Amino acid sequence: MRMRFAIRLASVALALAVVAVAGRPARAANTPDPVADAKAFRKFFTDKFPTLKSNDFVNGPYSMNEDLRRQWEEKEQFPPYEFALEAGKEMFAKPFKNGKTYADCFPNGGIGIRQNYPYFDQKEGKVITLELALNRCREANGEAPFSYVKDEMASLTAYMAYTSRGKPMDIKIPNDPRALEAYENGKRYFYTRRGQLNFSCATCHVQSPGERIRAEILAPALGILNAMPIYRSEWSGMGTISRRFTTCNSQIRGVPLDPQDEDYRDLEYYLSYVSNGLPISGPGARP
Amino acid sequence: MRALLLIAGLLCAGSAPALAASEADFKAAFAAAEAAEKEAGQLRNQWTTTEAALTAAKKAAAAGNFDQAVASAKEAEALAKASIFQATSEKERWKDMEIR
Repeated sequence: MRMRFAIRLASVALALAVVAVAGRPARAANTPDPVADAKAFRKFFTDKFPTLKSNDFVNGPYSMNEDLRRQWEEKEQFPPYEFALEAGKEMFAKPFKNGKTYADCFPNGGIGIRQNYPYFDQKEGKVITLELALNRCREANGEAPFSYVKDEMASLTAYMAYTSRGKPMDIKIPNDPRALEAYENGKRYFYTRRGQLNFSCATCHVQSPGERIRAEILAPALGILNAMPIYRSEWSGMGTISRRFTTCNSQIRGVPLDPQDEDYRDLEYYLSYVSNGLPISGPGARP
Repeated sequence: MRALLLIAGLLCAGSAPALAASEADFKAAFAAAEAAEKEAGQLRNQWTTTEAALTAAKKAAAAGNFDQAVASAKEAEALAKASIFQATSEKERWKDMEIR
């Protein structure tokens, strides 16, 4: 009798387990899973460069080439972005005509917050980058916005990045389908081939980091934005993330989008999220 | 004699250059190129080389060189169509490159 009861009990338990498993919604192959993506992304690069310390990826081509690294270490004694950094610090502290400053627009007075940008604004339903937030701050205080690709914006973001140096990138994706869609759109942009040269961002920065393209050594995509903004010797000046994206598009013979276009902001969101945990190293210097 | 004249006439006709392109030819070629480039724009995938060929076509037409203008417009149309093909095929193909 007891045996029968035990068998029945076991059968019921098994049936309930089957129902529970079958009832759980299976993850469709195309459902975005940022956590799994970020894990796979990091694994790809650490497998490709097994001797590299993970925090070193943020140093781009310097992590890939010994000669370049030595030159960079010497350059860092008197870094070429120093003037921009000083200018950015002054600009950041200088009050607007209405007496307010940038500090009034940001959490923690704008100090040590670079690692939280871009973020998804659930009120607006869109990705807000640091560059966009800075121009919005200016406009809200009666000032004209800066060009997204020129020196003033680079100087401001250089200073803000500097105050976050060493802090791990910490991008959040809120529980909001629009945030997930923005993330997915950024990923789509990253892997989509475009331009007459038929390159995607991934062609250079996933398939070929460490390889030369003409005279340049390509940086890995992992941690690529952690060093922004950068002083580029090729540009003889500073460059923002907007400048980097538009230049990349032109170089592959594609007509760039407008700086801070939704696709670029989503791309920044995706690339920053998959580099979560790696330290901010900006402002950086690149050949 | 008559046969000789006929042969000479035929030879002259054969060596004459092909008809030069007209402004109307240019306008038709340019309109087709612009339409294709507009479609590429809607797909957010225009190429700088298409834009350059369109500019070259306009410049040649302004200088009265309609042969060159038509050639550049046709090149622009071909480039624009290639960019449309790229954007259309990449709608799904980007996933092949994704790190998983």
